[in-house]
Amino acid sequence: MRFGIAVFPGTWSDRDCRHAVELAGHEAVMLWHKDRDLQGADCVILPGGFAYGDYLRAGAVARFAPLMESVAEFANSGGLVWGICNGFQILCEAHLLPGALTRNSSLEFRCVPTWLRVETLDSVFTAGCERGSVLQIPISHGEGRYVADEATLGTLERDDRVAFRYVRRDGSDAGDESPNGSMHDIAGILNEGRNVLGMMPHPERACEPLLGSSDGMRLFASVAKSVSGSGAMPVAAAL
Amino acid sequence: MTSVQLAGASDADLAEVALTRSEYVHLVASLGREPNRLELGIVGALWSEHCSYKTSRPLLGTLPTTGPRVLQGPGENAGAVDIGRGLACVFKIESHNHPSAIEPYQGAATGVGGILRDIFTMGARPIALLDSLRFGPLDEPHQRHLFDGVVAGIGGYGNCIGVPTVGGELYFDESYRTNCLVNAMCVGIVEQGKLTRATASGPGNLVLLVGADTGRDGIHGASFASVVLDAESAARRPAVQVGNPFLEKCLMEACLELAGDPRVIAMQDLGAAGLCGSTAELAHRGGCGIEIDVARASRRETGMTPYEVMLSESQERMLIVARPADVGSLQQVFERWDLHSDVVAVILPEQRFVVRDGADHVCDLPLDLLVDGAPLRGAPGPRPHRPAPMDADGGPAPSWTPDEALLHLLGSPNIGSRASVYRRYDHQVGDATVILPGGDAALVRVDGTPIGLALATDGNSRYAALDARQGAMIAVCEAARNVVATGAKPAAVTNCLNFANPEHADVWWDLHDAIAGLGDACRALDIPVVSGNVSLYNDTGGTGIDPTIVIGMVGVIDDVSRRCTAGFRDEGDLVALVGPVATELGGSEYQRMAHGVNAGTPPHLDIDLERRVQAFVLEAVAADLLGSAHDCAEGGIAIAIAESCLLGDIGASVDIVELGRGEGLINGAAGILFGESQSRFVISFAREALVRLHELAGRHSVPFRGLGSVGGERVCVTGCIDVSLADVRRVHEGALIERE
Repeated sequence: MRFGIAVFPGTWSDRDCRHAVELAGHEAVMLWHKDRDLQGADCVILPGGFAYGDYLRAGAVARFAPLMESVAEFANSGGLVWGICNGFQILCEAHLLPGALTRNSSLEFRCVPTWLRVETLDSVFTAGCERGSVLQIPISHGEGRYVADEATLGTLERDDRVAFRYVRRDGSDAGDESPNGSMHDIAGILNEGRNVLGMMPHPERACEPLLGSSDGMRLFASVAKSVSGSGAMPVAAAL
Repeated sequence: MTSVQLAGASDADLAEVALTRSEYVHLVASLGREPNRLELGIVGALWSEHCSYKTSRPLLGTLPTTGPRVLQGPGENAGAVDIGRGLACVFKIESHNHPSAIEPYQGAATGVGGILRDIFTMGARPIALLDSLRFGPLDEPHQRHLFDGVVAGIGGYGNCIGVPTVGGELYFDESYRTNCLVNAMCVGIVEQGKLTRATASGPGNLVLLVGADTGRDGIHGASFASVVLDAESAARRPAVQVGNPFLEKCLMEACLELAGDPRVIAMQDLGAAGLCGSTAELAHRGGCGIEIDVARASRRETGMTPYEVMLSESQERMLIVARPADVGSLQQVFERWDLHSDVVAVILPEQRFVVRDGADHVCDLPLDLLVDGAPLRGAPGPRPHRPAPMDADGGPAPSWTPDEALLHLLGSPNIGSRASVYRRYDHQVGDATVILPGGDAALVRVDGTPIGLALATDGNSRYAALDARQGAMIAVCEAARNVVATGAKPAAVTNCLNFANPEHADVWWDLHDAIAGLGDACRALDIPVVSGNVSLYNDTGGTGIDPTIVIGMVGVIDDVSRRCTAGFRDEGDLVALVGPVATELGGSEYQRMAHGVNAGTPPHLDIDLERRVQAFVLEAVAADLLGSAHDCAEGGIAIAIAESCLLGDIGASVDIVELGRGEGLINGAAGILFGESQSRFVISFAREALVRLHELAGRHSVPFRGLGSVGGERVCVTGCIDVSLADVRRVHEGALIERE
């Protein structure tokens, strides 16, 4: 299958995402922010970085990029869109996902391993996981504290749209070990149509045992399986 | 010439540009006329210590700079070595001390920005950053402010631009109370055929100024970095630049698109002394001249004088030399990244440095005089007599039990966990960081290959304070040990020499001795020096820093899967010490904590033994005999063992027979446990490897002592130390955390 990877000025996980996609045995095409053509991508990744510098508010400028018009259209017609880190922030700013990402409760940038409990299998992104399984995937952000009003949080929970929650290594609730103070320990959410996923952790950094974890590969494999039916864990990552 | 001629510069004029009267007299004599005000400012910047190396240059020539791997030695923006598969590793370390002392966030941030530009100017994609930091005692609020600001600035720039900060080092010592040090190192990768040089050629070729507009920030930064700080230094905040990592990210990607492009004749970043320093160096390297028209540079504000445009140190700017026919197509590359590019200069056949402001000629200087003409400075006086080393003990030993001593040291800001620092840096972007911060050296995989680069910075100034030559040698050896501990072979060195005011004879002679020691150690270990930086005048109100020789080391391992790490691995593995056992405490962290002094002689160094010990470890790792290898550094054997326990999350039990039994912590035992003798590793390995390791140690003639075994949840030294790993972790992790 073909993943389209958005490149805004200031994006830096584009190369890592391409690395992960290619490691998974799929095709990656880079989508330039000034273009509108999604080049036939089956799934568009909005990768991590500081799009346009994020000087105003993370994602606040990127949502106005020409590329984002096509991405919104694609998402609204059921296309798969996967926002990672800065991409999650952009999706919230673009109102393709509810809520917002604010400064970490520590008021500091955090680059640490986190453990994510898979909360729903009802999405192409997570269908390849086991319910309640714990994935080790690192975060790297200064503004990753998920906030939303009570009604939104209630809807997300009721509609089974919380994809991942930060937990302790053993899978128990994060408690005071939350890496960023997110409400309900939310690490990733789905849109109403379940075709748009936003998550703060970086699965593309967890696709090889050499780099500490290959749990992120489960998500790439899951997407690929739903699209092309061939989502077996690639040999390189399963080793 | 339409600018004001100076009818003899006043003392105030010279102070403004940090030139001495005798330098001025030399300038006038060489020119055969008085310079105008702009010319004086330009000469002041280029003759500053920061740009001209007028004090250190005569000494640096003794360093070994060649070797089979060296593709580019000192003289370019950075050094480069061959790492195989047609790839070059480009790297350099540079200081940003003075700005960081005044404005820690921006000082550190622009230090990172500057060293990144040095790397991508050569066509190399930056893949790793390291930072070597020094502050005064952490329990002082101002030091906490500086420390926090510098860490935030490094993270703010590196995290935004998306280059991982994978390592570095951090020390706190009284010597840095009024002069913190911020040294930043960057490592990049480029195909050898795409290495880009900063050597202009072809009279009539044009020079593009790309990136940020030029503003009034950072004027006279180079001169500012070349004088001692004083009470008025805070008022020089305008001499500190403000960084824009987003702009640099765009500039970097645009420049990397052009790496190896035949349209680019040369690339040179703007750093110290701004447009003036970069254009002069570019032309001088190529043996040609340059004519700059300041009217053509895009500005951030109106009303800037030629003087301000030439000396501005606005960040995120780059020069590109190209044939006139290629300028248009190159500008399109930058436009795609929404970057300005202005044709600001033309290459001249004769070696002149000409500045115009539209139709007005405002500066015309011989290029040689400008770049190479600063009168070199020799010793300001004879070698001062040094008093014989003081007794290493200082005062009476505290009544610590060995357990307490271990925990005190683990909780020392100089030894404790750096996690609270590096978790604020993105150290994983790039999908390449194989060994994360916290071990001996970071290990970064080279994209698309199994090659790993082991990266470390080191420079314990306590040793150098006692003996600059020995301290420099130890810095090289320790950096090499850190690299070797991963299984990588040291390839080359970059260095940052941070010293106080070299106009004082003791400082000058320390610099002299340090460079001699640096050269001796590099020759003995066969590691060339390919780039470096000298930062002098780290002195405030007559109080200078201790000599601080920071070594940045790059090692190569051909297959990262064969790496070794520092943490103990498997229950039942044996633990051994490779290298000598001694009781020396001079210059140690224990001595500082227990006796409140830094005295005596630094640890003894047998450079030949050092070489053999490193060869032994490399061979043992290559033969896959080791479970772990960890360099013995600050805090000695006891701390090295505790650190290997922490990194492996498993206990260990060792027996150091030389300690004797039941003697308590007499100084001999303290020396064995916490002394910082050189050329040592704590290793662990499966029982089956013992015979082969013994045989290997014999073949390399290195001392090899079995100490004990890995296992349990306690750190135990028989008859001496017995502490739970949980306590060890709690104290270690809390070392840098601010106490309420």
